[in-house]
Amino acid sequence: MTAAALALEARGIAKRFGACVAAEHIDLAVAPGEVHAVVGENGAGKSTLMRAIYGLEPPDTGVVAIGGEVVARPSPEESIRRRLGMVHQHFMLVPTLTVAENVALGREPTRGGLLVIDEVAREAEAIGARYGLGVEAHRRVGELSVGEAQRVEIVKVLWRGADVLILDEPTQVLSPPEVDALLEVLRRLALDGKSIVLVTHKLDEVLRVAERVTVLRRGRTVATVATRETTADELARLMVGGDVSAVVRERRRGAAAGETPRLACEGLSVKREDGRLAVDAVTVALAAGEIVGVAGVEGNGQEELALALAGVTRAAGGAVRLDGRDVTGLPVSARRAAGLAYVPADRHGRGLSLEQSFADNLVLGDGRRYAGAGGLWLDRRRLDADARDIAARLDVRPPDPEERVGALSGGNQQKIVVGRALLAGPRAIVCAQPTRGVDIGAAQRIRAALLEASDGGAAILLLSSDLDELLALSDRVVVMHRGRLAGEARLDAAGLADVAALKARLGRWMLGA
Amino acid sequence: MSDFVAKLLRIAVPYVFAALGGSFSERAGVITLGLEGYLLLGAFGATVAADLSGAAAAGYAAGAVAGGVAALLVAALVLPLCADQVTTGVALNLFADGLTRFALKALYDSSSNSPRVEAFASDGGAGLGATLAHPLVIAMLVAVPLAHLAMQRTTFGLRVRAVGEHPEAAASLGVSPLRVRLAAVVLGGLLAGIGGAFLAADQAKFVDGMSRGRGYIALAAIIAGGWRPLAAAGAAMLFALAVTVQYTLSSSYVQIPDWATQMLPYGLALFALVLRGRSSAAKPPSSLGSPLGKRELA
Amino acid sequence: MSPSTRLWAARLLGFVWPLLVTLLAASLLIVACGRDPIAVGRTLIDGTWGSTYGLGQVLFKTTSLVFTGLAVAVGLRAGLFNIGVEGQLIAGAFLMALVGASLPRGTSSIVAVPLCLTAGALSGAALGALAGALKAGRGAHEVITTILLNFIVRAAMVGIGQRLFLHETIHTAPVVPGAELPRLGRFVDAFHGSAVNASLFVALAAAGALAWLFARTPLGARFTLVGKAPLAAETAGISVGRTTLVALALSGAVAGLTGSGFVLGYKHYYEDGFSGGVGFMGIAVAVLGRAHPLGVLVAALAFGTLSAGQLVVNAAVPKEIVDVLTAVVILAVIGTGPRLRQFVSRMKGGGAGQGARIQ
Repeated sequence: MTAAALALEARGIAKRFGACVAAEHIDLAVAPGEVHAVVGENGAGKSTLMRAIYGLEPPDTGVVAIGGEVVARPSPEESIRRRLGMVHQHFMLVPTLTVAENVALGREPTRGGLLVIDEVAREAEAIGARYGLGVEAHRRVGELSVGEAQRVEIVKVLWRGADVLILDEPTQVLSPPEVDALLEVLRRLALDGKSIVLVTHKLDEVLRVAERVTVLRRGRTVATVATRETTADELARLMVGGDVSAVVRERRRGAAAGETPRLACEGLSVKREDGRLAVDAVTVALAAGEIVGVAGVEGNGQEELALALAGVTRAAGGAVRLDGRDVTGLPVSARRAAGLAYVPADRHGRGLSLEQSFADNLVLGDGRRYAGAGGLWLDRRRLDADARDIAARLDVRPPDPEERVGALSGGNQQKIVVGRALLAGPRAIVCAQPTRGVDIGAAQRIRAALLEASDGGAAILLLSSDLDELLALSDRVVVMHRGRLAGEARLDAAGLADVAALKARLGRWMLGA
Repeated sequence: MSDFVAKLLRIAVPYVFAALGGSFSERAGVITLGLEGYLLLGAFGATVAADLSGAAAAGYAAGAVAGGVAALLVAALVLPLCADQVTTGVALNLFADGLTRFALKALYDSSSNSPRVEAFASDGGAGLGATLAHPLVIAMLVAVPLAHLAMQRTTFGLRVRAVGEHPEAAASLGVSPLRVRLAAVVLGGLLAGIGGAFLAADQAKFVDGMSRGRGYIALAAIIAGGWRPLAAAGAAMLFALAVTVQYTLSSSYVQIPDWATQMLPYGLALFALVLRGRSSAAKPPSSLGSPLGKRELA
Repeated sequence: MSPSTRLWAARLLGFVWPLLVTLLAASLLIVACGRDPIAVGRTLIDGTWGSTYGLGQVLFKTTSLVFTGLAVAVGLRAGLFNIGVEGQLIAGAFLMALVGASLPRGTSSIVAVPLCLTAGALSGAALGALAGALKAGRGAHEVITTILLNFIVRAAMVGIGQRLFLHETIHTAPVVPGAELPRLGRFVDAFHGSAVNASLFVALAAAGALAWLFARTPLGARFTLVGKAPLAAETAGISVGRTTLVALALSGAVAGLTGSGFVLGYKHYYEDGFSGGVGFMGIAVAVLGRAHPLGVLVAALAFGTLSAGQLVVNAAVPKEIVDVLTAVVILAVIGTGPRLRQFVSRMKGGGAGQGARIQ
C-alpha cells in the first residue's frame, strides 16, 4: 500500500432489488485522513452504496477497495478486518444488552471460555474519553437517549480499530446542538488520521465539516467537488438536477378570538408502559385551515401524542376536542367518523398491510365506507374506485388497485397512506413523518396534497423530525421535549427573517435548554 | 418424604431438560413448539437403541441424537426456507407422534407399547439414593446452573441473546444469525431428546404418546420464566411438583377422582400463561418468530 | 403464458409438489415395511375409489375433515393457529349427543337437527372463545392454550363418560329419531351400506358460507387484515382482541359441528374415541388447502381417501402410516410455501418492495 492509496474506493457500483434499481453506477474515492461527504436526496442511492461497500448487501457489480486493496467479496467481517467501520442510519444496537456487550459482540474476549466484559468496558470508556464521546459501559442500551446511543455506535466501530468510518445519515435524529457536538467529534477523528465518509442530505453540515463531497442522483455519481469551491445552492442543484421548486406556503394567522378551534388538545397526558409520562399535559389548539408543526428530536413523545390524538391509545388525562366536541373517550373509528384523520409515522408497521393489495388496504381507512347492507357486504367496487381516485390524484405508480402494496416504493406507499386519510375530506389531520424515507417527487406530491387539504379548511397537526419541512409548511411551530411543549414560534415574515437564529432557538428548546 | 423427593426428581427430568433446551432456541428467536416431538422421538430412539444394544448409555445417547436430528429438520425448514415457525413446530409434533406410532407397530407389532427394555430396568429401586445416582438425574442437576452460566457468561450465550433481540445488529458485526439460531435450535433438540430418553428409561419401555403434553408444559415454563434458563427450569420444577402431587393423591386414599387430578398439570400451566400475561417482564425476545431477512441469512 | 395463467400454474404447483413429496415419503415407509409401494397404492385406490361403497366411505371421512379443515382455516385467516380442534369437536359431539338424546321422542327433524347442530357448535365455540379471550386479554399463545385445553377436555370426558355413558358401554344413549341424519344410501342405491350421510351437505354448506364470509363481508376483510397486519389493523381502529375472540369462537363452532357425521348420521350416539385424530388431520387439510374453503374441500377429499384407505391397506402396512403422512404433508407445504410466494410475486411483476419482513 503506497502513501497515495485511497482510504476507500468504489468503482461502478450497481445494485437492484427486484425491479427497483437502487444504484446504477456509483463511483467514490476517499483520500486518507479526509472528511468526505456523500450527498443526494432520498432514494439517490446513498445508503445502498454504503451498505454495498460495507458488505451488508454486496453490490451486483462494481469493485470495492479498502486501503488500496480490492475486496473480493464484501462482507461485514471482511470490512471489520480491514478496519472499515460503519455507523448505520438505523442503529444496530441490541437494546437489552449493555453498552459493553454491544461493543464486544462479534469480537468477544474470553478467558477460560468465559467472557471478560470488564476489559471491554474499560477500553470503550477510554476511547470515548479520547474523542469526546462519553459512554457508560454498563448501562443497558435500551435506556440510552438517541444521542448517547449514537456515541456507542461510534465507539463500537473505533474499538474494532476502524481507520475508515462511514456514518449513514447520523444527524437525522439529532438536535442542532447535538449535531454540533458530532461534527466536532468527526473533526477530532480526522485530525487523528481517520478517514470519514459522511452520508447526508443536510448541505449546511457538509459545508461545515467536509473537505470534498460526492453528489449522487438517481443511483449515479453526478459530481465530486471540493467544498471550498462550491455552495449549498450549487450542491442542491446537482442533487436535484434542476431548479428546486419548493412547495411554498401562504402563511395564515391563527384562530380569531372567540373562534372554536378545529382541533384542540387540552392538558393531554399519555403514560408509557412503565408508568412514566410520555406526554405531559400538552395543550395546543388549531384553527380551521391552520398547520401547526411539532418539532423535536424523535423519542420525546411525538409518537405517543399522535397515537393518543388519533385514539389508538388511551390518554391518561386531559381532553381532545374536535370542533369543540369532546372526543377523548371515543375509539378510532368514531373519531374518524367525526372527521379526524391520522397518518401514522410507521407506514410499514401501522399504516399498511404489505401483503395485501392497494384496494384491500383502503379498508384500513374508513371501513364503514365499504360496508353495505348493514355491515354484511363488502363493497369491492367502491374500494376499486377509491383506489383509482387516489392513484390519479397523487400519481401512485403503478396505479393498479390489485397491486401488492409491499412491492411499491416507499414514496408510493406513503402516497396511499396519505391519500387514504384525505379521502373522506377530514376536518382535522394528525400527520406524523409524512415524507420520511420518501423520494423528492413523492414528497412534493404529499406536501401539496396536505396544503390542499388545509386550504379546504382542515386543521393539520404536523409532526416531523425534518425541521426544514416544518418550516416550509407550518404556520406555527411548537417544540416537544420530554413530553412537554417547550416553546412555540410563529412563522410569519418576522419569524422567518433569520432562519438560522430561528433554528438555533428551536434547537435549544429541543434539547430542553 | 424422601420417596416424594425421589419421585419429584424423576418426574422433573423431562420437563427440566425440555425447558432448558427450549429456552435457548426461543431466546435466539425461534418459536420452539416442537419440544413435544423431541421428547417423544428421544424416548423412542432411546428405547430402540437400548433394546438393540443392551446398554442404557447407548439409549441416552440415541435419545439425544434423535432429538437433535429432529431439531435439525425443523431448523432446515425454518431458517433457510423461512417456513412458519409455529406450523413447523406443530407439524413436527404430529410427525413424531405418527412416526413413533408407526414404528411401534412395525418394529414391535403393538399399538400401545414396546416390550420392556431390560437395559433400562434398574436394580437399585426408585428410592432417593438410587435416583440421585441416576446419570440423567445428575445431568439435570448439573445442566441447570451450567445453562445459566452458558447464557450469561459465554460468547455463545451473548450471541444467542443478541440474535434473539436484533439479528440485523448481530449480522452487521459479522455474527451469523443463521448459525447462532441453528446451534440454539439443535441444542434445544439435544437437551429435550435427553429428557425424552429418561422418560422411556424411567418406565423401561416406550408407550404410545408417552410425552402427554410435557413439551407444551415445558413451553409454558419457558414463558413463565421469562425466557431465562434458570427461571424456566424453576417453573418446570413447579409443574413437575404438581404432577408429583397428582400421582401421590391418586394413589392415596384421598377421594379425588383420577380424571380431576389428571387435569392439574395442564390447568396449572394454563394458569401460569394467564398470569404471565401482559406484564412487561414477560416480554419475549424481540425477534421471536420472525424469519431471517435476506441480509441476515449469511 | 399470461401472468394470470402463470399464477394458477404456481398455485397448482403449490398443491401438487407437497403431494409428490408425500408420495415419496409414503413409498419409503412402505418399502421399509418390506412391501411394494405400487401394489399398496393400487390396493388403496381400489378399496376407496374403486367401488361406490368405497367412495361412500371416502365421502364419510371427507365430511369430518371438511369441518375440521374449515375450523383450522378460519383461525388461520385471522393469523391464529387453533390446534385444539380435537378437543372442541369432542365437546361438540358430546353435547350434540346429549341434546339429541334428551329431546322428546316425537320431535320433528326440522327442530331436532338444527338444535343438535347448534348445541355442538356452541360448545365448540365456548372452548374456542376461551382460548380467544386468553389470547386477547393476556396474550397467551393460542397454540399452547388450545392444546392444554385439549388435554383438560380429554381428562374431563373420562369423568363425564363414567357418569353419563350407558352402563357398561363407552357411548351415550341414542338420539331421538328426529335428530338422525339419513344416510345417503337411502336415496342413492350406489352408496348402500356406507356411512356417508346428510352431514356431508351440512359440511358443504359450511364451506360455502365461510367462503362468502371471507371474500365478501367486512368481517372477513377484518380477519385478513388482523391476520396479516395486526398493528395496522389496530391503528385503523379494528379491535384485534375482539377479532381474535370472534375468529377463535367461530373456529371452535365449526369444529363443534364435526361430530354430526358420526353422532347424528352414523351411529346416532357419542362413542369414546370416535374422532380418531381427525382434528389433527384437519390441520394438514387446512394447511394444504391454504386456508381457502375451496382448497380445504379438495384437500379434505385427498385426506379422506387416505383415511378411508388406511383400513384397507392395514394388512400390508400399519395403518398408522397415515398419521406420518399427515405430518409430512404439512412439512412439505410449509417448506415450499415462502419460496413459492417469492416465485409467485416475481411472476406478478412486483419485486421492488424490500419485502414486509426485510427491514
